[in-house]
Amino acid sequence: MWKYVIKRLLWMIPVLLGIAIVIFTIMYFCPGDPAAAILGNSATPAAIEAKRVEMGLDRPYIVRLLDYLKQVFLHFDLGASYFQNQSVMSGILYRLPYTITIAVICMLLQILIGTPLGITAAVHQNGFADRICMVIALAGVSIPGFWLAMMLVLFFAVRLGWLPPYGVGGIQYFILPCIANAFAGIASQARQTRSSMLEVIRSDYIVTARAKGLSEREILYKHALPNALIPIITVVGNGMGMMLGGTVVIESVFSIPGIGMYTTSAINNRDYPVVMGGVLFLGALFSLIMLLVDVIYAYVDPRIKAQYEGQQKSWGRRKANG
Amino acid sequence: MGKSKAHFIEIKNLKVHYTSEGRKIHAVNDVSFSLKKGETLGLVGETGAGKTTIAKSILRILPEPPAQVEGGEIFLEGEDLLKMSNDEMRKIRGRKIAMIFQDPMTALNPVMRIGKQIAEGIVLHEKISAKEAEEKAKKMLEMVGIPASRYRDYPHQFSGGMKQRVVIAMALSCSPDLLLADEPTTALDVTIQAQVLDIIKNLQKEFETSMIMITHDLGIVAEVCDNVAVIYAGQVVEYGSREEIFDNPVHPYTIGLFGSLPDINSDVERLSPIMGMPPDASNLPKGCAFSPRCPYADEQCKNAPAELKPLGGTHTCRCIHERRAEKLNAQGVENLH
Amino acid sequence: MVNGMAVAKDATIERKKKESQFSLVMKRLAKNRLAMAGLCITLLLFLLALLSPLIMPYAYDELNMADRFAVPSLKHLCGADEMGRDIFSRLLYGARWSLALGFLATIISTVIGMVIGSVVGYFGGTVDTVVMRFIDILQAIPGILLAIAISACLGSGFMNTIIALSIGGIPMTVRLLRGSIMGVRKMEYLEAAQTINCSVPRLIVRHILPNSISPIIVSVTMGIGNTILMAASLSYIGLGVQPPTPEWGAMLSAGRTYMRDYPHMVLFPGIAIALVVLSLNMLGDGLRDAMDPKLKK
Repeated sequence: MWKYVIKRLLWMIPVLLGIAIVIFTIMYFCPGDPAAAILGNSATPAAIEAKRVEMGLDRPYIVRLLDYLKQVFLHFDLGASYFQNQSVMSGILYRLPYTITIAVICMLLQILIGTPLGITAAVHQNGFADRICMVIALAGVSIPGFWLAMMLVLFFAVRLGWLPPYGVGGIQYFILPCIANAFAGIASQARQTRSSMLEVIRSDYIVTARAKGLSEREILYKHALPNALIPIITVVGNGMGMMLGGTVVIESVFSIPGIGMYTTSAINNRDYPVVMGGVLFLGALFSLIMLLVDVIYAYVDPRIKAQYEGQQKSWGRRKANG
Repeated sequence: MGKSKAHFIEIKNLKVHYTSEGRKIHAVNDVSFSLKKGETLGLVGETGAGKTTIAKSILRILPEPPAQVEGGEIFLEGEDLLKMSNDEMRKIRGRKIAMIFQDPMTALNPVMRIGKQIAEGIVLHEKISAKEAEEKAKKMLEMVGIPASRYRDYPHQFSGGMKQRVVIAMALSCSPDLLLADEPTTALDVTIQAQVLDIIKNLQKEFETSMIMITHDLGIVAEVCDNVAVIYAGQVVEYGSREEIFDNPVHPYTIGLFGSLPDINSDVERLSPIMGMPPDASNLPKGCAFSPRCPYADEQCKNAPAELKPLGGTHTCRCIHERRAEKLNAQGVENLH
Repeated sequence: MVNGMAVAKDATIERKKKESQFSLVMKRLAKNRLAMAGLCITLLLFLLALLSPLIMPYAYDELNMADRFAVPSLKHLCGADEMGRDIFSRLLYGARWSLALGFLATIISTVIGMVIGSVVGYFGGTVDTVVMRFIDILQAIPGILLAIAISACLGSGFMNTIIALSIGGIPMTVRLLRGSIMGVRKMEYLEAAQTINCSVPRLIVRHILPNSISPIIVSVTMGIGNTILMAASLSYIGLGVQPPTPEWGAMLSAGRTYMRDYPHMVLFPGIAIALVVLSLNMLGDGLRDAMDPKLKK
């Protein structure tokens, strides 16, 4: 198992290298000149040109790319922001707690609310509870998160005045962003849990368990749930990825200075080091989460554990069907 | 009580149907049979004839919906299982009646250790500690020829034949009074089939278990069954002791079954299969269910359903022309084919 | 000659089988009320978007300063915006943009994904390894961030937004198709097809794709909904299609400034988005159940 984890960690290096190349290339072709942006509207073309040389922006694509890769992967340095007098790494670390707080709370909400909803729906298939759960779930995956956020602000902050409409501070500042961001996750978790549960409930070994004389409760918790959880773990992992992505927009609605906001505003400013650093960081985080998902898989499903311990296999293949 | 003791389990007029996409599929149509303690009854018939549904109705583990028991009674030692509460029924399952399932590949929970899957039922029914249950489960494993050291293994670590042994150990772990064996050897290699069958036979003898053996293999019937019920389209079409059925098959369908069996002693050059397909269970023929495929059928067969008729001894047959088939059979049926 | 006949016969049988399967799926779908409702709403919205010039009470860009910020009334069903433009008319006309974005981006990404997926799935080996590693990389970047970056790179505008949205969708289709092709690759009917000298592209198009198509159809239906959501997010952040184009996300973005005092400006565009996505999801759910009946009941 450890061998597998280490192998996966090593695999992350080429993936991160790839992310760096992809995002560097996208940024390279971005219109707009950071040198001009830094110097402002009044700068002369000559001054801008001098600034470009100073920043190394005049060099060819491949030289700059290799330079960046060397800096990131050999010196573990994400560079410094063009505009703020701060290294990208410290900028990220400063903003990380906000993003992580939202993502973790949303994740917990997703698991703790979505899973029971899905189980309830599956157990009472086609019954009243099922209909209710599925209507909620269908609505959840259909409503734009940022729009829900706006509606929540209008109602709870503007109309009722219970919660702050934006900004950061105590726990009350996180309530609305988390609800808005978690709703879609809860919904897709409930849907996946339901369909996975329904499939398991029909399998032969559940009939075997019933034939043994176990009560429906024991069948549900001892036999059905452990099996149904296996595909759900992937959803949780993907959900975490979605949450990280979702925070990008949610942070902008609530003016929360997290990594998402940091990165998106940097895209608008052409602050390349920040964009590349932010994307790389989120990519690494996501890869780690997916690795964690696979390790949990092996823990829950003995068949997969045996596979890991036996032969090697390509990683990340279960990421489809997000 | 005397009568119910004679018939340890007695099924009367069992009717089960499934609903699929709005159509009613008649899986079991008025099946009755009984079984004495320690006896083995073979349920023989083609795939889809309703054999497994009968077994699952006895344990009440049919998926409802889509399945529904329409009517009938299933007496176990005089008590109607179909009228029991769910709690009472749970005490029967696994302890008094146990089942061996057809496909060992899917019958075991893939994420639970096999030992635990066996011990689970023991703890439940025998009210003993987990430790004792583990001991007993290990004993059961060894009894079916699996070393106790594999107690903590998972199903994927076993071959098909080994899994079926686990399933058998699980079914027999609480020494049930009645064992329902649903094609226990069909999914296995021919070489393993005989071994598994031997294990079942020996354990049955040891625990004095009654058994209902579901199979389409007449060889297995000849080997393990005392009585035979031939099932066609959800009905018993012929019933009798093994000798009565094997020496003197009367129903054209039973005769057909034997005709499609290779016989090492006779010199027939080609096997005679039963022509046609089993009837659509959502739209059964008005008359005898076998009439569309029966070489002896006439207008009478097609219009009125046949009733089970006694033929002497325990032998009964659902054919209005039973003597005609018998006679024709004696003359040889080649000219009819 | 004999071979040719066999193939022709085979093809007709296959067509017959496919037709009956298709009608079976449609029959099951027709029984699913939720799915039919989804289908009806989707078609209705399409129709409204197409016919919008005929039914809009006002032109989508007609300014009417007297009605600035008008709240919903009989005159302006969904109120008016900061320029006095009728929001209902803008929603009707804007459906063209939102629906077109969702459909085009999803279909483009699906087609590209299918081509890559079939090639990769069929050939396997080195091609598979290389392409799949690249797909891994793309998928490790949060989708919305990738779309934002590409959108920033290409600039705003309709076509650029479609490209930005479709790139993020490709990996999923590739995986889906590769998975199902890997699944059917070893099936014997493929060997059977090979024995009658069936060429590789023909093999993929005639034999493999029809067998992997049902998960693709479901994922396209659901994908359109997701893409519409993503497009709205992009517009909201200020990328993608820009105001004053009456794209729904752009309308939300524009209305954001005034939402405290005039909530109707953000209420209705949001409802419109949710309605489309909801009906597409209902249809997708229904399709999935209809194509895989063992999951149902």
